[in-house]
Amino acid sequence: MSNIPSELKYTKSHEWVRVEGDGTATVGISDHAQTLLGDMVFVELPEPGAALEAGEECAVVESVKAASDVYTPLSGKVVAANELLEDAPETVNTDAYNDGWLFRIRLEDEAELKELLDAETYAELVAEEDH
Amino acid sequence: MCLPTFIRSQKRPDLMPQQTPLYQQHLMAKAKMVDFAGWEMPIHYGSQLEEHHQVRRDAGMFDVSHMVVLDLAGPAVTDFLRRLLANDVARLNASPGRALYSCMLNERGGVIDDLIVYFMHDNGYRMVVNAATRDKDLAWVAQQATAFEVSIRERNDLAMIAVQGPNARDKTAKALGEALTPAMALKSFFAVESTMMCGDELFVARTGYTGEDGFEIMLPAAQAGSAWTALLAAGVAPIGLGARDTLRLEAGMNLYGQDMDEDTSPLEAGLAWTVAFKPAGRDFIGRAALDAQRKTGPARKLVGLVLDGRGVLRAHQRVTTSAGEGETTSGSFSPTLGQAIALARVPVTAGETCTVEIRGKHLPARIVKYPFVRHGQPCID
Repeated sequence: MSNIPSELKYTKSHEWVRVEGDGTATVGISDHAQTLLGDMVFVELPEPGAALEAGEECAVVESVKAASDVYTPLSGKVVAANELLEDAPETVNTDAYNDGWLFRIRLEDEAELKELLDAETYAELVAEEDH
Repeated sequence: MCLPTFIRSQKRPDLMPQQTPLYQQHLMAKAKMVDFAGWEMPIHYGSQLEEHHQVRRDAGMFDVSHMVVLDLAGPAVTDFLRRLLANDVARLNASPGRALYSCMLNERGGVIDDLIVYFMHDNGYRMVVNAATRDKDLAWVAQQATAFEVSIRERNDLAMIAVQGPNARDKTAKALGEALTPAMALKSFFAVESTMMCGDELFVARTGYTGEDGFEIMLPAAQAGSAWTALLAAGVAPIGLGARDTLRLEAGMNLYGQDMDEDTSPLEAGLAWTVAFKPAGRDFIGRAALDAQRKTGPARKLVGLVLDGRGVLRAHQRVTTSAGEGETTSGSFSPTLGQAIALARVPVTAGETCTVEIRGKHLPARIVKYPFVRHGQPCID
């Protein structure tokens, strides 16, 4: 069973979003995604200051098995990237929702948040994929 | 002349992947199962990285029952294999159990498959070929055998377990008891036949595909489960195909279909040492093409790459050297070295550095001699 915290929002492509309440949101990949990818060995993150558009490829997570693109679910400017992952990419495996976050973005269009999935809907999607 | 008797395995349904005799054991060990060459195989049992380190530091076991075992016999079997294979079975000196690695070539000198052949006893050999190439291998071997007095028997009644790592031999001895005694005296690249307590046949070879010491064990399918369980109890951990790939890559061992194929000669795949050009009179299949290539010199060679910066090398990335372009054939993160490594085919005059294109960026890499790791120790500075 995947860990899917109820306070977060999700995408069909397995990113999670935490709305921080200060006009920014933090993005990472879900526990389900890190389980599928396996042992993480390299993470490439967007540069702070980069302007992103929702749906754009903006990061790469590489496990021993494969490289996967990460899409930003939201448009806006990157305000921080998780530098911890440079030396400890396995944090994405051990703590996907907290220390394993990827980047934080300043929201450009709050309406985009409505497009995201709630935990319950995402859990259904994961359950379907498992079958 | 007698035509070879060719015993084919039961016809398999095309869509359903096959299961090895150890399928239940994989499920019990919580394996993540994937389709590999038509077989349902474990890719890992939780963590590919931990499994990799387990083999380098202690002992792990692989279910390799999907691999294809062929027993060849008959008065002309040595002549046949000296024609079929690029390496020369005469090098085995008719020593029982002695093993030889070889490529099987087409007339163009391209590699149909790579394999291990064991001399069993007078007029008998055992050959182990890849699962992914089974059908074409069997068809090719049968076609070539028509001119020889040779029988070929596919041993799909056998299961195969590879136990690898610095403690593999001791732990296998502990698990399998007296049946293993003859195998403990084996030199590297030798095998021995013995019998188990139950009277069933057992074939143990001191060979492997990881760069570590260990055994490859063939035994009747019905005995595989209990042997696996005994090995588990002796502290041998199950290892999936994922770690098998990173282990063989660190050990600098080619993977068929990736590092060489029917359009690549062994001379361009780092396998010149496996081709026996002497005696000059031995007319093995592909010889004329290789002789011609040797005269002009092969255009490409297989080298090792090490990426000192961040990133992961993968197969089919573009490599740029001072002598022209090439391509990675296998690549991964090396768990032992903690950095990315690859095998790459590059122009034969390439120097000591190159760049590799990863997602549009050209990252500097070193061209090195492989293996990258042997017996747990890095071989790269």
